[in-house]
Amino acid sequence: MTRRSPTARLWRAIPPGLRQPLGLAAGLIALAWLVICLIGPAIAPFDPLAQDLPRFSPPGEVSFLGTDELGRDLFSRILAGARVTIGLALVLVCLSMLIGSLLGLLAGFFGRWVDEAIMRFTDLVMAFPTVILAMVTAAALGASLFNAVLAALVVSWPQYARVVRSIVLGLRGNDFVWSGRLLGFSAVRSIRVDILPGTMGPTLVLASLDIGTAALLLSGLSFLGLGARPPTPEWGSMVSAAVSHFDKWWLGVFPGLAILTVVISFNFIGDALRDALDPGVAPR
Amino acid sequence: MSPASANPDAGRPPSGAGGGRRHSALARYVAKRLVIAVGLLFGMTLVTFCLTNLVPGDPVAAALGQRAADDPEIVARFRTEYGLDRSLPAQYLAYLGRLIRFDLGTSWQTHHAVAADLAKAVPATMEIAFGAIVGAALIGITFGAWSAYRRGLATDQVLRLVSLIGISLPTFWTAIVCFYVFYYRLGWAPGSGRLTPGVAAPPNVTGMYTVDALLAGEWRTFVDASAHLALPTLVLTLYTIGLLTRFSRTSILEVLDQDYVRAAKAKGLPGRVVFFRYVLRGAAVPVLTVVGLAFGSLLSGTVLVESVFGWPGLGSYAYQAASKLDLLAVMGVGLVVGLVYLCVNLAVDLAYGFIDPRVRVGR
Repeated sequence: MTRRSPTARLWRAIPPGLRQPLGLAAGLIALAWLVICLIGPAIAPFDPLAQDLPRFSPPGEVSFLGTDELGRDLFSRILAGARVTIGLALVLVCLSMLIGSLLGLLAGFFGRWVDEAIMRFTDLVMAFPTVILAMVTAAALGASLFNAVLAALVVSWPQYARVVRSIVLGLRGNDFVWSGRLLGFSAVRSIRVDILPGTMGPTLVLASLDIGTAALLLSGLSFLGLGARPPTPEWGSMVSAAVSHFDKWWLGVFPGLAILTVVISFNFIGDALRDALDPGVAPR
Repeated sequence: MSPASANPDAGRPPSGAGGGRRHSALARYVAKRLVIAVGLLFGMTLVTFCLTNLVPGDPVAAALGQRAADDPEIVARFRTEYGLDRSLPAQYLAYLGRLIRFDLGTSWQTHHAVAADLAKAVPATMEIAFGAIVGAALIGITFGAWSAYRRGLATDQVLRLVSLIGISLPTFWTAIVCFYVFYYRLGWAPGSGRLTPGVAAPPNVTGMYTVDALLAGEWRTFVDASAHLALPTLVLTLYTIGLLTRFSRTSILEVLDQDYVRAAKAKGLPGRVVFFRYVLRGAAVPVLTVVGLAFGSLLSGTVLVESVFGWPGLGSYAYQAASKLDLLAVMGVGLVVGLVYLCVNLAVDLAYGFIDPRVRVGR
C-alpha cells in the first residue's frame, strides 16, 4: 500500500477546477485580497483619509495609482477599502445564508401552510428586480453601510430558502429521518441531526458563488450614494467620483478593477467548488 | 431547471390529443398564470408600501426640505394634501381604490402625475433594454452553443472565461470606462442624454425616439437618437451576455447528452440539422427561461447604467424617487417593473406551450 505524501494529499484536497493555471491564479488573487482585508491599512503607503497630496495627480507621479479629487492616495484607499467591500460582502452572504436556510428548513420540514406562506413570500421578493428593491430599502433606511447590508439582505436570502427547501423536501421522506421521528426525536432534534447536515454542502456552494454577487450589489449601492458615507474608502463610491471627473480615468478604473478581480476570483472558486461537489442542485 | 423536472407528466404519453381539450387546458393554464400574476402585483404594492412607510426615514422632510419641514403649518398642509394624516391601512386602501382607475397619484417631487412621469421614463428604458436583450440573447446563445460543442477544448475554456468576466463586471464601472473610451478618448459616441442639445424630440407616438423619428420620417433625429442609444445598450448587452452564455452552455450540454440527439447524429443527419431541429429545440425551454430572467436583471442594471449616461429612464426615475422617499413614485416604479417582469414571465410561460407540447398536456 502506497502512502501519499502530505503535500500530495493537500493537492488532492483542492477542487480539480482550481488545480489548473487559471484556477490557481484565481485562488491566489482571492487569497491576496483576503490578506489585504486583514493588513490593508497597515501596508498602505499613505494615510487613506489624509488630504495632503496634490489633487488629481496621475498614476506614477506622486504615488503608484495617482490621487483623487481631494488629494488622497488612490492605492492606499483601495488597500484600506478591501475590508469594507469584501468584509461586508462576506457578512452579507453569511447573514442571507442563515436567514434563507432557516426559512427554507421551516418551509420544507413543516410543509402545508408554513411552506405556502414562506414560499409565496419568497416568490414575491424574487419578483422584484434586485437593485431596485435594494435601492428603495436603502433609501428608506437612510444611507449608511450598515443599512446597505440590510437592504442587500432583503433581496439576497430567497435563493437560499429555495435551495434548502428543495433539499429538505428530498430528505424528509427518507427512512433515517422517519426512524428518528419514530424514536421520539423532537422537530428541532430531527432537523439538527438528520436534515441540517444534508443541506450544508449545496448551501455552502451557493454561498461561495454568491460572494461576488454580494460585492457587486453592495458596491453598486455605494456607487449610487446609498451605502458608504464619505470619507470611508469604499470601492463603489470611489468609482462614483469618476462620474463627475471622467477625464481623470484613474479615479474610476483602479477601484473598478479591484471590484472586478475580487468578483472574478470568487466566482471562479465558486464554480470550481460546485463542479467538485455538485449534487446537481445549483445550476451549472 | 431541466425540462423533464419542470413537468412531472413528461414521461406520460400525451392524453386527450383532441384539439378542443388541448385548448381548454391551455386556457386554464393561462388563467392560472394570470391569477398568480395579479396576486403578485398586489403583493408588490403592499411590500413597497410597507417598506416606504415602516422605516425611520421621514418622507415629509425628504420631500419638503429641512426648512419647510420645521414649519408645522406647512407640514400639516402637505400631510392633508397627500392624505398622510390618515391611518396607514386607510392610506393603502385609498391607494388601491385609485389604482383600479389607473390613477397612480401625484409625485411629491416632480408634481406631475406618476403615470405621466412613467409614460415618459418607461419607453426610454425599453429602448435600451430591448436592444440589449436581443443582442445579448443572439451572442450569448451562440457563445453557449459554441462552448458546449467544443466542451473541454480551448474554445470552451476561452468562452467560459469570457462569460465569467461578463458576469463579474460591475455595470457602473463598465459604463464609465466605455464612456471615457468611446466619448472622451475616441470621440465615436455622443455625450450623455437621449439627444444632442438642439435636436428636437420627434412627435410622441411610442415614446421611443428612434421609432418615433422613423415614423415621422425625421432621418437626422433617428441617427442622433441611435447614436445616443449605442453606448448604454452596449454596456447592458455586455452585462447580460455572460449570464446567457453560461446558462445556454449548460442547457445545451444537457441536451447533447440525450439519446435522441445521439440517435439523430447516428443516423447521419447533417450537423446543422441536428443542431437546429434537435439540440436547440430541446434546449429552448431552459434557455428561454433564462432570457426572461435576464430581462429582469437587465432592468436592475438600468438603474446603474442610466445614472452614468444621464438617461432619463425608469432607473433614473426610480433612483430619484427612492432617494427623496417619494412614496407614490416609488410604488409606481415598483408596479411598472413588476408588471413588465410578470408579462415577460407570462410570455415565457406561454412560449413553453408552443415549444414543448408536454407543458400543455396534463395541467
